[in-house]
Amino acid sequence: MAVAVGRQSNEELRNLSLSGHVGFDSLPDQLVNKSTSQGFCFNILCVGETGIGKSTLMDTLFNTKFESDPATHNEPGVRLKARSYELQESNVRLKLTIVDTVGFGDQINKDDSYKPIVEYIDAQFEAYLQEELKIKRSLFNYHDTRIHACLYFIAPTGHSLKSLDLVTMKKLDSKVNIIPIIAKADTIAKNELHKFKSKIMSELVSNGVQIYQFPTDEETVAEINATMSVHLPFAVVGSTEEVKIGNKMAKARQYPWGVVQVENENHCDFVKLREMLIRVNMEDLREQTHTRHYELYRRCKLEEMGFKDTDPDSKPFSLQETYEAKRNEFLGELQKKEEEMRQMFVMRVKEKEAELKEAEKELHEKFDLLKRTHQEEKKKVEDKKKELEEEVNNFQKKKAAAQLLQSQAQQSGAQQTKKDKDKKNFFFM
Amino acid sequence: MDPLRRSPSPCSSSSRPPSPRTPPPCEAQGYVGIEAVLDQVKIKAMKMGFEFNIMVVGQSGLGKSTMVNTLFRSKMWRSSLPSLGVPTLQTLQLQSMTHVIEEKGVRLKLTVTDTPGFGDQINNDKCWDPILGYIKEQYERYLQEEILITRQRHIPDTRVHCCIYFVPPTGHCLRPLDIEFLQRLCRMVNVVPVIARADSLTIEEREAFRLRIQKDLRTHCIEVYPQKCFDEDINDRLLNSKIRERIPFAVVGADREHLVNGRCVLGRKTKWGVIEAPTSRT
Repeated sequence: MAVAVGRQSNEELRNLSLSGHVGFDSLPDQLVNKSTSQGFCFNILCVGETGIGKSTLMDTLFNTKFESDPATHNEPGVRLKARSYELQESNVRLKLTIVDTVGFGDQINKDDSYKPIVEYIDAQFEAYLQEELKIKRSLFNYHDTRIHACLYFIAPTGHSLKSLDLVTMKKLDSKVNIIPIIAKADTIAKNELHKFKSKIMSELVSNGVQIYQFPTDEETVAEINATMSVHLPFAVVGSTEEVKIGNKMAKARQYPWGVVQVENENHCDFVKLREMLIRVNMEDLREQTHTRHYELYRRCKLEEMGFKDTDPDSKPFSLQETYEAKRNEFLGELQKKEEEMRQMFVMRVKEKEAELKEAEKELHEKFDLLKRTHQEEKKKVEDKKKELEEEVNNFQKKKAAAQLLQSQAQQSGAQQTKKDKDKKNFFFM
Repeated sequence: MDPLRRSPSPCSSSSRPPSPRTPPPCEAQGYVGIEAVLDQVKIKAMKMGFEFNIMVVGQSGLGKSTMVNTLFRSKMWRSSLPSLGVPTLQTLQLQSMTHVIEEKGVRLKLTVTDTPGFGDQINNDKCWDPILGYIKEQYERYLQEEILITRQRHIPDTRVHCCIYFVPPTGHCLRPLDIEFLQRLCRMVNVVPVIARADSLTIEEREAFRLRIQKDLRTHCIEVYPQKCFDEDINDRLLNSKIRERIPFAVVGADREHLVNGRCVLGRKTKWGVIEAPTSRT
């Protein structure tokens, strides 16, 4: 039965006016409720040298003491340490994963420092891609481990970016949302800070590093994002210790010459960072990771595997066709290899057979030869035996004849020998 | 399955660090501001707009178009009366209409698919095939978009989210056509059965009819929305079991307004009274 679907043309979607309250304005609330029951995932990657204050800043940002021991400077290479925590605030559950780069910037040869980081980020994308490509998949419950934000800690030298920083950021900018921050900002004086910030931003721009742009297309957040973007990179100070200021306890660092308050906007940009990272743009960071960085990775990966969207005639390829074509190709190759192996095997067997036959023939020949020689010898021996027998017979005859003669001769000879003996005796005397 | 207590277990790959352990959830000691993410989600959702696709299935004359108009309080459809001179359609033709409606800042792109001619022929064998084909086609379209290499940012969702099935108010039980159709469809799409033109049944008849239909659905293993297997937690289960008691809903559609006791209400005016459409007594 033919199915004909009559559809209105897509361009003119009629806008209807409602004459009463229908109630679908609760749709966003339904969505929010669903998200709340699922919980949110947020993964932060902290890249920076050992001792620059990554763990302290995380503790300060999330107002919790995440248990960790400070790392040593003796690491042979950069490795990433990921730890997950579940935070709960009112009815929102957040699965927070903090990934630390241990040993970054400690080696003598820092050429490969960025590699473990890039590999880790790619591995997370790969895991998500594998889950998405499964036949029976559960993306709904999938624990998303893709990095949503990368906080790059810049050392507060006061001059400019280090080349290690530039190289690492360049490698990471197409894979993750980079938010550069100046760590331990309480070591920089106010006038130096301004110059430092503008130097960093101009270096980033001139090297083409794409850092995360706070979204300005939504009216509600455009203004705050625009004002905050001016202060990039944020100069932050982290502290988990509380100092009594006035009559309140506040997070601060106490120096002999004064107190640096973490949450004081005049002292550092910590509050701005918290606003931007958590309170205003968390969802946007997650969305950018999914729609931009992950899609880019997916596209590159699938193209690498040989899938295309359109074939040379620009007819859309279906993934199923590609799968089948690849599968047939693979099976064909497999069959060819099997054939080859089989033929080689047969050849080898034949060779071995021929060898063995040759050996057998040789053995037979040898045996024949031996037999012949043996027979010849036997014949010789028999001949000799005959000869010998003949001789023996002859001898016997001779002996018999001789004995006869002897007996005859003895009789006649007895006289003869006496005469001879007398003659001899006569001569000798 | 409890989504709360699942510890993250990412699949391993060579360069991955050992899987992180989850300590028990800790309460942040001060205000961090995590719950602001809910507002962010809401703003994004409202900016994107929502899409909803309904399909109404039932024989002609059961009040499908009127029902849709009543639900969405607007003149979506003019109910069509088949004129006597026109021969009945040999093939089942599905008709879709898309409208954008807005309420309190929430934009909803609503698509209603009608199935005129369903169950109207003398031989209704396989009359559900075009409908199943249509639903599968929408799924196929979405899948094709999803497996492209360069995907769109937001894939347009034309999949049928809900199918409202109109059961004629015979008062007895489900007919074989109903059972066949519901059996096939409940596995593919969310089906909501409703008793059409419920004003032709008295309240006792209605309750008896409802119970019989529920029994029929159970006997034939037809899982209508909300499905038991998708209940997530105890709250969902409580809410859904209440809803399940009332399935199938007995509805009356009306799009004309009448004056009752000085109030203007939507209803059907008959010789013995006015039936108000939107009341809590279903």
